[in-house]
Amino acid sequence: MKRLMTVGVAGLLALTGCSSDLPEAPPTVSSAPSATKSEFFDQAEHDRQLSLRDAAPQGPADKPWEQALNPTMVDTGKYAKPGPYEICFSNASVDNPWRQVGWKTMQVEATLHPEISKFTVLDAEAKDDKQISDIQQLTSGGCHALIVSPNTTATLTPAVEAACAKGIPVIVFDRGVNTKCPVTFIHPIGGYAFGATAAEFLASKVGQGGKVLALRVLPGVDVLEHRWAAAERILAAKGVQVAGVEFTGNDGAKAKSIVSDYLQRGDINGIWMDDGTAAVPVLEAFEDAGKKAPAISGEDQQQFLDKWKTEGLTAQAPTYPTYQWRTPVIAALKILKGEQVPQEWILPQPVITDQTLDQYRSQGMPPLHYALCGCQQMPGYPDKWK
Amino acid sequence: MTATATRQPVRRHGTRKFRLTPTMSVYIALVVLLVAGSVLVGMRGGVLLDHGGILNILTRGTVLGLVAIGQTMVILTGSLDLSVAYLIGLCSLIAAETMAGDPGMIVPAVLLTIGFAAVVGLVNGLVITALKVNAFIATLGVALIIRGYLENTYTGPAGSVPRGFQHLGYDRIGPIPVSTVVMLVLAVIVWWYLTRTKGGYHVYAVGGDEEVARLSGIRTGRTIVTMHVLCSVMAGLAALFLVSRLGSGAPYVGTDAGYDLESIAAVVLGGTLLSGGRGGVAGTIGGVLILATLDTIFDDLGVTPFLKDVVRGAVLIVAVALYARSQLARRAR
Amino acid sequence: MTQTETQSQSRRPKLASSTIPVLAVLAVLLVALAFAGSAYQEPAGYLALLKRAAPLMILAIGQYFVIVSGGFDLSVGSLVTAEVVIAARLIDGDESATLWVMLLMLGIGAFVGLVNGAITTRLLVPSFIVTLGMLLVLDGAVFLWTGGAPRGALSDSFRTVGRQGIDGVPVIGQLPWSVVVLAVIVVLAVLFMRSPTGRTLLAVGDNETAVWLGGGRVERLRTLAFVLSGLSAAVAAILLGGFAGVSAQVGDGLEFRVITAVVLGGVVLGGGRGSVVAAMAGALTLESLFSLLNLLGVAGGLESTVQGVIIIAAVAYAAVNWRRKKP
Repeated sequence: MKRLMTVGVAGLLALTGCSSDLPEAPPTVSSAPSATKSEFFDQAEHDRQLSLRDAAPQGPADKPWEQALNPTMVDTGKYAKPGPYEICFSNASVDNPWRQVGWKTMQVEATLHPEISKFTVLDAEAKDDKQISDIQQLTSGGCHALIVSPNTTATLTPAVEAACAKGIPVIVFDRGVNTKCPVTFIHPIGGYAFGATAAEFLASKVGQGGKVLALRVLPGVDVLEHRWAAAERILAAKGVQVAGVEFTGNDGAKAKSIVSDYLQRGDINGIWMDDGTAAVPVLEAFEDAGKKAPAISGEDQQQFLDKWKTEGLTAQAPTYPTYQWRTPVIAALKILKGEQVPQEWILPQPVITDQTLDQYRSQGMPPLHYALCGCQQMPGYPDKWK
Repeated sequence: MTATATRQPVRRHGTRKFRLTPTMSVYIALVVLLVAGSVLVGMRGGVLLDHGGILNILTRGTVLGLVAIGQTMVILTGSLDLSVAYLIGLCSLIAAETMAGDPGMIVPAVLLTIGFAAVVGLVNGLVITALKVNAFIATLGVALIIRGYLENTYTGPAGSVPRGFQHLGYDRIGPIPVSTVVMLVLAVIVWWYLTRTKGGYHVYAVGGDEEVARLSGIRTGRTIVTMHVLCSVMAGLAALFLVSRLGSGAPYVGTDAGYDLESIAAVVLGGTLLSGGRGGVAGTIGGVLILATLDTIFDDLGVTPFLKDVVRGAVLIVAVALYARSQLARRAR
Repeated sequence: MTQTETQSQSRRPKLASSTIPVLAVLAVLLVALAFAGSAYQEPAGYLALLKRAAPLMILAIGQYFVIVSGGFDLSVGSLVTAEVVIAARLIDGDESATLWVMLLMLGIGAFVGLVNGAITTRLLVPSFIVTLGMLLVLDGAVFLWTGGAPRGALSDSFRTVGRQGIDGVPVIGQLPWSVVVLAVIVVLAVLFMRSPTGRTLLAVGDNETAVWLGGGRVERLRTLAFVLSGLSAAVAAILLGGFAGVSAQVGDGLEFRVITAVVLGGVVLGGGRGSVVAAMAGALTLESLFSLLNLLGVAGGLESTVQGVIIIAAVAYAAVNWRRKKP
C-alpha cells in the first residue's frame, strides 16, 4: 500500500510542471549573495552612506518623505494607466511601536489620494511564510501596484521576484530584498550612517579615554549590525574606551539591570544605542545609582525627547524616520501615472540635536510615539496617533 | 474519511444510535466557518473561496498540518513537544546550508535534515522515558538548547536552495499545492498507522493509561520514543517545505510562526485529548484547516492582528470546553 | 536527609528535604558570584540581585500554587504586559490615580485567575489550554484597546515601589521596596502553605480523589491557586512597571521562565510535591545563574542553552533521586 502511494505521489509530482507559482529564474542567481554567516561590514556601502549624510536632498523642503538623495531616475511609462487604482500592501508586521506609528501614517496617506479606490493590506504577523502567501494572494487579485515591507531580506526575495514577474509595479521599502526587480526601493540612508552619527557625537562628548557602553537590541539583524559596525570603528579611531557591548532585547528592565551592573563596577561616560527604545530606563539606572546622566544617543522616541527636554540631557538622536511609510504610497501613484521615480529612493535621515529638539518634539504624544512620523500636518493628527 | 478516522478504542455496548464524534464536530464547525466566512467576506464584496482563497488556506495549512500531525502522535501517547518550533528553524538552516544552491545536494540535504530531526526526537524521547523528565520540561529544555545554538551561531538567513527544490513549495495541481497533497498523504499514512496497526494501538494504550499498558506487555518507553522521533521528523519535513518556499534557511522561521504552541492548539482543537489516549489525525487536520480558514477570513475582512489573537484564544478555549462537556455527557449516559 | 524522612508523617520534613538541593546550588552560585564580580563582595550587590529577582520570585510563588495543585499557568507573561499597559493608560501621569489603579490591577489579576480557574475546574478544560487561550486573548485584547502600542505614562508614585527603597539603612544602605514586598509575600506564602488550606492544596495535586473523598473542595482550591497566580502577576507587574516604566514587551517569555524557575526548585509538574520556598529559591537561582554567566562573559545566546541543560538536569536529578528513595 505504501509503495502504491509513493508511486502516486511521484506521479502527481510529475504532472505538476504545468502550474507553478515559482518565479522565472532571475538572471543574477549566481551573484545573489549566498548568505552564509555574512560578515556585516561592507566598506563601499559604509563610505557611501557616510557621504550621503552631507548630500543635498532633491524635492520639496518641507516634505522630507518626498525628498531623495542622489537619485537615479527610472522611466515608469510602461506602468502608466488611468485611475482609479487599487494599491496593495504586504506588511511584515505591526508588532512594535515604530511599525505602529508608521502604519498609522501610511493608512492616512492612502486616504489623502482620491485616485486610490481601494487600499488592500495583508499583515504577515512577522511570519516569512505568511508573507510569501500574502504576496501571492495580492498578486493574484486586482492590484495595480504592490507595496512590500519585507519581514526578512533573503527569504522574501523569491516572492518579490514572483510578484515582479506578474508585470505589476512593485515598491519595496524599509528592509530590502536581494533583487533589483522592484521599480523602486525606498529607505532612509541606512544603518552605517545612523551608527556613525551617534558614535561621532559620543566621541566628541566623552573625549579620548572616555568610557562608552554600547547597548544593542539583538545580534544578527543586518540594519542593526551596520549601526554597530560603523560605530565600533569610529569609537576605536577616536580612542574611546568601549566598556562593554550588551544585548538588551529592547527590554527596558533588562537594559536597566545591565546598566546598573556596570555602574556598580565603575563610571560610564556615554551610552551608545543602536535602537533608542530603552533609552529612558537606561537613564533611570544612572539616576537610581545617584550618578550624573551620561552623554547618550537615543532615537526620536517621545519619552526620550521629553526627558531630554525636561532634564537638559547631553544627548543626540539619530533617526530612522517613520515618515518613510508615506513615501511608498506616493511612489505607487507616481509610477501608475507614468512619472519618473528614483530607482533607489534614499530618504534623508535627520539627526535631532539640542538645536532642533524643540522643532521635532511635539507635546502630549504617547511615550512610544516617534517624532519623525511626518504626520503633524495630516488630518486626524494628533488623536489618531495617540 | 471523517467518520472512519475517529478512534474509539473502547466501544461501549448498548445504545448504537447516532452520536457526534469530536472529529465530526470539527468538520461540521469547519463547514459552518466556511459558509459564515463566505457570507461575511461576500458582504464586503469579496469571495472567500476563489482560487486565491483556496490556495491560501491550503498553503497556510500545510506547514502547520505537518507539525500538527507529528504533535498529534506525541500527544496521543500523553506526551507533548515544545521543541518543534526551534527545531524547524535549525532544520531549515541545515537543509539550506547543505544544499548551498547545488541541485546535486538535494537528496543528501533532505536525508541529513530528516536524520538530524530524528536524532533530536530520539533525545526528546530518551530524556522523557529514560531520565523520567516530564515531557513539558524535557522538550522545553531541548528547545532552549537549540535556541541557544541558533542565537549563538546564526545572524540571519543562511544557505540557499537550488531552483529545482523550490518546485516543492510553489507547484500546484489546479488550486491545490503539491506540498498540501504530500501533507495529506502523510496524514493518511499516519491515520492508517494509528488506527489499523498494532503499533498504533499501542500508542492509544500508552496514552490511555501508561501503567495498564505496561502491565499488558506493551513496551511503553519504546512507543513514546518512536512517536517523538516521528514528531521531530514531521517537523523536519515542515522545515524542508518552508525552505523550499523561502529559498534559504531562517533561524526563527519556526518560532516567529509559533509552531510549538499553535500545533498543540490545532491538535486540541481537532478533538484530541491533551492528556492522551483519545483523538486522531483526522481531527487534527480539521483543526488545522479551521485555524487556516480563520486566518484567511480575517485577512479578507482586514481585521487587525490583535483581534485575531483574541478570537484564536477564545475559539481554543470554547472548543475544548465543548469537547469536555460532550465527553461528560457521554460518561453520564 | 534520611533522618528527616523517618521523622513521621508530618509534612514539614518532606518539604524541607526537597528544598535542600536547590538551596545548595543557590549557595554555590552566590559564592561564585562573589569571586566573579567585585560588586558581589558587599551586601549591596546581593541586594541589587534580590531586587532584580523579586518579580520572578513573586511570580514563582504564584506559579507554585498552580503547579503544586496539578496545573499550569501560561498566561502570566501576557498578564504582566497587559497590567503594565493598562496601568499606563489609566494613570496617564496622574498621581492621584495611582492607588486605585494599583488596586484595579490586583483586581484584574485576581479576575483573570478566577476565569482561568473556573474554566479549568468547571468546564474541565486542561489548564495548559485554558491559559494558552488566555495568553492569546490578553495579548490581543490589551493592544486592541490601546491601538497597537502602549499609551499614557506611569506616575512617579506608581514607580516608587519598583524603583526606590528605604534610604539610610545601616550596613546595606538602601533597602529596595521590592525586596520588602517580596519578604512580605514570602512570609504570607509560607504561612499559607502551613495552614490547613495550603496543605489541602498540596494534597489536591498529590491525590485529588482522596481530598475529594475527604470532603475537600477540590474545585475551589484549584481556582484559588489560579487566583493567587493572577495576583502574583499583578504584583510582578507593579514591580516591573515601576522598575523600568512602560514597555510593550515587559512580560515576554516570563511564563516559560517562571515555570523553569519553579521546576528548578524541585517542584514536580503534575503536582503534589515541592515547597514554596524552593520554588522561590529556584527563581533566585535562575537569576543568579544569569548574572554569573553575564559576569563570566558567556555569550548571550548560550544563556538559553545553559538554561535548557540545567532544567533537564534538575528534573532528571529529582526524578532519579525520587525513584531511588522509593523501595
